[in-house]
Order: sequence, then C-alpha cells, then structure tokens
Amino acid sequence: MTNFPLKSLFFGAVVMGLVAATGSAQAAGACAEGKTIEAGKLTIATGNPAYYPWVVDDKPEDGKGFEAAVAYAVADKMGFAKDEVMWVRSSFDEAIQPGAKNFDFNLQQFSITPERDKVVDFSEPYYSAAMAVLVRKGSVDAGAKPELASLKGLKWGAVAGTTGLPVVLDLIKPNSDPLLYDDNANVTEAMKSGQIDAALFDLPTALYLAAVVLDDGVVLGQFPADRTEKPDQFGLLMADGNPLKACVDEALEALKADGSLAKIEAEWLQEATGVPVIK
Amino acid sequence: MNRREKYEARQRRWSILIAAASTIATLAAIVILVPMAPGWSRVQQSFFSGEVFLKTLPKMLEAFLVDIAIFAWSTPLIAIVGLAAALARSTRSPGLFPLRVFGTIFVDVFRGVPVVLVIYLIGFGVPGLGLPRPWNSPYIWGTVALVLTYSAYVAEILRGGIDSVHPSQRAAGISLGLSESDVMRYIVLPQAVRRVVPANMNMLIALQKDVALLSFIGPVEILRQAGVYKSLLANFTPYVVAAVVFLAVTVPATRYTDYLMNRQNDARS
Repeated sequence: MTNFPLKSLFFGAVVMGLVAATGSAQAAGACAEGKTIEAGKLTIATGNPAYYPWVVDDKPEDGKGFEAAVAYAVADKMGFAKDEVMWVRSSFDEAIQPGAKNFDFNLQQFSITPERDKVVDFSEPYYSAAMAVLVRKGSVDAGAKPELASLKGLKWGAVAGTTGLPVVLDLIKPNSDPLLYDDNANVTEAMKSGQIDAALFDLPTALYLAAVVLDDGVVLGQFPADRTEKPDQFGLLMADGNPLKACVDEALEALKADGSLAKIEAEWLQEATGVPVIK
Repeated sequence: MNRREKYEARQRRWSILIAAASTIATLAAIVILVPMAPGWSRVQQSFFSGEVFLKTLPKMLEAFLVDIAIFAWSTPLIAIVGLAAALARSTRSPGLFPLRVFGTIFVDVFRGVPVVLVIYLIGFGVPGLGLPRPWNSPYIWGTVALVLTYSAYVAEILRGGIDSVHPSQRAAGISLGLSESDVMRYIVLPQAVRRVVPANMNMLIALQKDVALLSFIGPVEILRQAGVYKSLLANFTPYVVAAVVFLAVTVPATRYTDYLMNRQNDARS
C-alpha cells in the first residue's frame, strides 16, 4: 500500500496528459468524475463468454474485436486510460434485473427496445445490425434462395430472447413453428444434427458462425436494416437513471463525428458487405 | 354431550382461533412489511406486473400444452422401462448375471449423470449421426433422454418395493408349485407396486417440472416461452406466470400423494 500515492500521482499525470492532448477529453473526463462505480476507474461488462467478432479470444482486455475496441474508444473519450478500464462479466439476466449493478456500462449486442428501456438505460446506438440468414450448404443445394417465399418453407431456429425471434415470426412467418435455443452454440448444434435448416443472427455473428463453427455454413442473405420494422441497434446498457449516460452519449457522439467509430467498424466487421440482400 | 366432550370441543375451538389469529398476523406482517422495503415498487414492476401477466398468459397456457403432451407420453414409457430395469436387477438365476450387470450399470449411469447432459447428448448427439427428418426430432430424442433418466430412478424405487416383500412369501409360493416368474408376477409385484405408489408420485411431480428441460434442445414449452417474453419485455413476470401454472398442477398432485401416504400409513398401523 505504501506506493499508493505514487501510483495515483502517475494516474493523475496520465489523465493530465490526456486533458492537455484533447479539449473534448477534458470535458468528458470531468463529466464522468464521481459517477463511476469505482472512483477513477471505468467498469465495463460483457458477455460470458464473449464471441468473435465482438471480442477476440474472449479477452476484452486486449481491446481486440469490435465491442472491445468500441469500449476502449468510449473510455478514452471519457478520459479513462487503458489501464483504468476494468472488465467484469454478466449474463443478460443480471443486466436487466432490478437493483444495483456491478458495472458502469455493459455491451454484449444489446438491442435497444422500448420495453427494455423502461427497466434499464441505453446509450446512443453504436452499431446498426442487419439480420442475416444462416443455413448449411445442403439447404442451398436443395434450392433455398434469399427470397421470403423460399425462406418460409425452411425449418427455423433462433436464440430465445433475441430480437431475431420477432423477425422470424413477423417477417418470415415460417410454415412450422421455430425451435428455440439458449445460445449460438446450441443453434449451430441443432443445424449440424439436421433438426433445423436455418437460423437468424445479426450479420457479423452469422458470418463468424458460417466461417468458423459450421463446416458447410452459408450466409444465405441479409435483411437490410430498413426491411425490419425496427432496425436492430446495439446500445451500451446502463442501470436505470445512471448519471453517466450523458457522458457516454457525448463520447459516442464524438466518436461518430470524428469517424473513429466507422473506422473501428471497418476494421472488425468489414466482411459484412457482399452478402446478398433478401428479396 | 358429557363434560369431557364439552371440554374437548372448547379446546378445539380455542386452538382453531389461535391458528387463525397467528396466520392472519403472519400474512399481515408480509403484506404490510414487504411493500415498505425501499426497492419494492421496482421489484413489483419486474416480477408482479399485472399488465404483463394478462398479456402473456394465453400464449403461456398454449406452451404448457407442450409440457403436458411430453409428460403424458413419457409417463407410461418410464413405467415400462423402469419396471423392466427393476426386474432385471431382481433376477436370481446365475445364467442371467449379465442382465443384472446391465441393469446395475444402467441405473448407476442414468442416476449419476445430470439430466441436462443426457438431454443434450441424446437430443443433439443421436440425430447428429445422420437420421433423416422426422426421425431426428428433438421431441423424440428428448423424450428418450427423460425416459432413460427417470426409469433409472423408478427402477430403484420399484426394486426397493420388491425387496420389501418378505422372502418367506416367495418361498411359500415356490413350495406351492409356482414358477419364479409366477411368484414375481402374482405375489411379489402386486404388493411391491402398491407399497411404492407414494414414492413414484413424487417422481411424477419431479417429472412435471423436468419436462421443461427439453426446451434446451428446441421445443418451445412454457419455461422457454417465459424466457422469450422475459427478454423481449425485460420483465420477469412471465416466470411468475409459469410458476402459477405449474403450481396449479403440482399442488393438487402433491396433496393427492400426501393423501395416499396417509392412507397407507393408516392401513399399516
């Protein structure tokens, strides 16, 4: 404990350095002061496990992967150095249950919906996800096409509790009831065992599953964001009424304005182009 | 009514009064004190929202039909497989030793492995071998997994019942000229099965709830439907709906089990 004052002096110097470097960081740094769960630290939560391409190798501390990179960029704009960011893990349930949170904000592809917004707070969206249809090569050989009429005849699966499910039910309206699973691993397992033909994911996840998890996975097509009634937008989740929301929004606005958010997206989610659009 | 009867009647009225008063006091304490907790309004909104309750109830009841269907076709299968395993373990002939070993392994393995693992392994694994539709349906293989697990428990309960029939009865049967199998069928099993009815009722109640585990491999039954609503509405009330629906079925079943047990105890004493 003896070196504690030295350490805080060092952090102070880092923060001062950042403040000197950019004017906006100064405003944001001051903004977040005293509003975080642990003073001088920013506690960020993500899923357990966190999946590629959102977080690479389930190690958000490395800052690799789209969400890990966004988290560090937001932290930077808010005036937190890389070593002042702490990671915790949380499930979806933990994140939306009433009561105190153990994180300042949580990012694991939480889609912003009005119902969820009643219980927790969301930041401005940091990504608009197109929904994509994942199938195996056998279905394509059997004649599945990226057209609604063709999709109706497939046996569908989805991860229960994602916003993909309403899209399946309301937009595709399959002929038989979809089967539902706990997570992506179970959905792909059901595809492997031939129990379902197709599943709906956000595009980056679908691309990852097709390329890495399934031997013969194909992303059949994507629904453009305006096709779905409410486009799926990911937001940073915070406890209801968290005063930090203003600072987080400000940081995200700044990232959008100076083009760095687009740059991060291009770096980690570049494959998203080139998938046919569903007619 | 003599003096003693009057006294006892008075005592009874008095104890009913005390029971009623203490029940009311306890309920009042809960009803008054819990809402005084600072977070009550948020908890109420998240877990006991009347609006969400009414909105989700119809679809939840529909999903509960899936539970009932799986339960209905699993129960007779469990009874058959469980009885077969119990009989396999209760054989005495030296030539049937492999059957006893198989019965023992079956019971040990399926009682020792978590139900969820069995469901995953059989529900995803067997169809993964390349079965065509509809033979790879999760309903079929999920049922197989449940039946195997529950048969193992039921087999042990039945074997306990079989062992509880005194050996002298078997000896008496044989000395009357009945074969081993006739002794089992006409003398031992009727008594054994009757003795373990309450224990098997407990298994039925447990099965009613474990049917929900099939949702892990796809079927949308009531608990899965509740999970979907929970995520979409960011509200836990659908789970309360599921609990209410389950209670509506399990409470009468439990009471009936108690009644059976009491009757059996009375008959024995």
